Amino acid sequence: MRVNDEQISLDGTMPVVELLQMKGYPLTRIAVEVNGQIVPKAKYETYELHDEDTVEIVCFVGGG
Amino acid sequence: MEENQKEKDIFTLGGHEFTSRFILGSGKYSLDLIKAAVEYAGAQIITLALRRATLGSIDNILDYIPEGVTLLPNTSGARNAEEAVRIARLAREVGCGDFIKIEVVHDSKYLLPDNYETIKATEVLAKEGFVVMPYMYPDLNAARDLANAGAAAIMPLGAPIGTNKGLRTRDFIQILVDEIDLPVIVDAGIGRPSQACEAMEMGCAAVMANTAIATAGDIPAMAGAFKKAIEAGRTAYLSGLGRVQEGATASSPLTGFLAD
Amino acid sequence: MTDNIINAKYITRETNHMEYQPGMEVPPGDIMEQVLAARAGYDETKYTAKDVERALAADGLTTEDFGALLSPAAAPYLEQMAARAREETRKHFGNSVMMFTPCYIANYCENYCIYCGFNCHNKIRRAKLTMEEVEKEFSAIAKTGLKEILILTGESRNMSPVDYIGEACKIARKYFTVIGIEIYPLNSDEYHYLHECGVDYVTVFQETYNPDKYETLHLGGHKRIFPYRLNAQERALMGGMRGVGFAALLGLDDFRRDAFATGTHAYLLQKKYPHAEIAFSCPRLRPIINNDKINPKDVHETQLLQIICAYRLFMPFASITISTREREGFRNGVIGIAATKISAGVSTGIGEHIEEGESKGDPQFIISDGRSVDEVRDAILAQGLQPVFSDYIYAG
Repeated sequence: MRVNDEQISLDGTMPVVELLQMKGYPLTRIAVEVNGQIVPKAKYETYELHDEDTVEIVCFVGGG
Repeated sequence: MEENQKEKDIFTLGGHEFTSRFILGSGKYSLDLIKAAVEYAGAQIITLALRRATLGSIDNILDYIPEGVTLLPNTSGARNAEEAVRIARLAREVGCGDFIKIEVVHDSKYLLPDNYETIKATEVLAKEGFVVMPYMYPDLNAARDLANAGAAAIMPLGAPIGTNKGLRTRDFIQILVDEIDLPVIVDAGIGRPSQACEAMEMGCAAVMANTAIATAGDIPAMAGAFKKAIEAGRTAYLSGLGRVQEGATASSPLTGFLAD
Repeated sequence: MTDNIINAKYITRETNHMEYQPGMEVPPGDIMEQVLAARAGYDETKYTAKDVERALAADGLTTEDFGALLSPAAAPYLEQMAARAREETRKHFGNSVMMFTPCYIANYCENYCIYCGFNCHNKIRRAKLTMEEVEKEFSAIAKTGLKEILILTGESRNMSPVDYIGEACKIARKYFTVIGIEIYPLNSDEYHYLHECGVDYVTVFQETYNPDKYETLHLGGHKRIFPYRLNAQERALMGGMRGVGFAALLGLDDFRRDAFATGTHAYLLQKKYPHAEIAFSCPRLRPIINNDKINPKDVHETQLLQIICAYRLFMPFASITISTREREGFRNGVIGIAATKISAGVSTGIGEHIEEGESKGDPQFIISDGRSVDEVRDAILAQGLQPVFSDYIYAG
């Protein structure tokens, strides 16, 4: 699967929370989008990722 | 103006009340300086952008923003309405309120906003309950469309973003102030406190500045200078500006034909 | 199209003048309420010379500035107001002065308005032109070179119904490029129909914006219903008209308040319908000459000019019409300052434009300036201004 434009190979499935922890992202103050759809924070535990998914993880930065 | 009247000068945006009329940008300067800049600016609203999170535990900008400050995420990077809507929804999901500053730009040279796409995005996001603050080119027809689409304020540019050139669109912004029943917030182009003051004298509801502060020698000090200028301009506006005498009175009367 | 509006005869002095009657369309919003609140809040005594000076120096006038210019405090500034008004008029209209003529095609009326010569209790000769006569009238007017016509009727839905007026407008389109109407108020679908017949401009005089006074002056007929009349311009715009005209008959009630309400009404409608072209007319009740009692509420030429200049400065882009109720010297003076539209070759009777024609019906009022189209045109040219017969091409 692609996570923030990086290719990660995945056997079977993995919940969102596991990906975040594995890659060292915080669980708050971010937003996760899978294939263009937002995954609400409440579903991080249950939403299963597949190898063909495209994942975006975003947070705030400085901006005008 | 009486003191108690001044205290009542509340700036309302989407049902939220503010006493500061200075919206501070957080781009292009060090995170360490944000807290001081917010404090010196007296700012109650700060803008942010949304980007891909970098791997690992890096500093989060939210740790540097004092509590109680309202976050105004922008949709920078959006090239059309659809992308702006997507970014806005993600920003809300991050979890810091319903405010959104719509920026739709698909011009890499001048970075001028696309009013047409901005109107479309405003329509969608206002219906979803966002407090929508669209950045726009100061055009009266577009401003009316934005008002009808449910914008909470309009944010016309004073000059191309980042140029610090001041109120190059002054006359057009004045038209928006006169005609649109929404707060008009000048965004982009304001380079000096005097220009921010002028915008407030014209009746703008607030001023947003980023580059002018980010590129100053002493960032917190410049934030403080803007605060004072914005307050001075606001007070001048509320006081009613004095008149400018133009031309002399004609020597031969125009009204000589009256019969009574 | 609307055909269910209550017959005028059922509206009498017993009818609540503030209540819409069956069939009368109510436009959305609260423009009338805002206008009435502004009128009620207008206090001519609160303005000072300072307020007037600030208004005269302002780039765009607020309604407060407009109020100051209408107040007695502005009287000593009339010359400066005229100079500023001329500046604004020239800025927006250049040197042009539009010329037009009114044409009465019928004078039947179902209203009982105690100040009006057409009112239904006055025994005057009533008439309406047949379509053949309408064609002759229009053709005679067109021969003078005019391209703009204002078609008027008395206010009788029974005797001069909407389709009668529509047929006349279709004929007018053959001879003129700009067609306005000054008829009884309609519903928006009726305005839409007349727009399709070629009409672009609708003028309705509110007479007075004081509802209490209005009630005592309008004792019967549709006109008694104050809100239906006041909101006519909004319905006209909803029906697709390009522009709307406003007027209070100055002197019926407190003229300063009525002028303030007229300007506020136009301002609010233009804000709600930004494309609407705005026009003012400035009719007045003339003070009685040699009247011992000097009434501060009388509208002399001086007050009339003050009001016209205030309209100009408040809405610099608005068309201002000066009627033949005023004398030649006043009309010449005011087109040099603020008025942008002037009538010429005017007759207020029915069927009087045809050469050797005989009037079929009596006039509504006596005019003070009987100059022909050529004479008015020459007077405009003599002031270095440009007479204009039509400023747009009919586009449907």
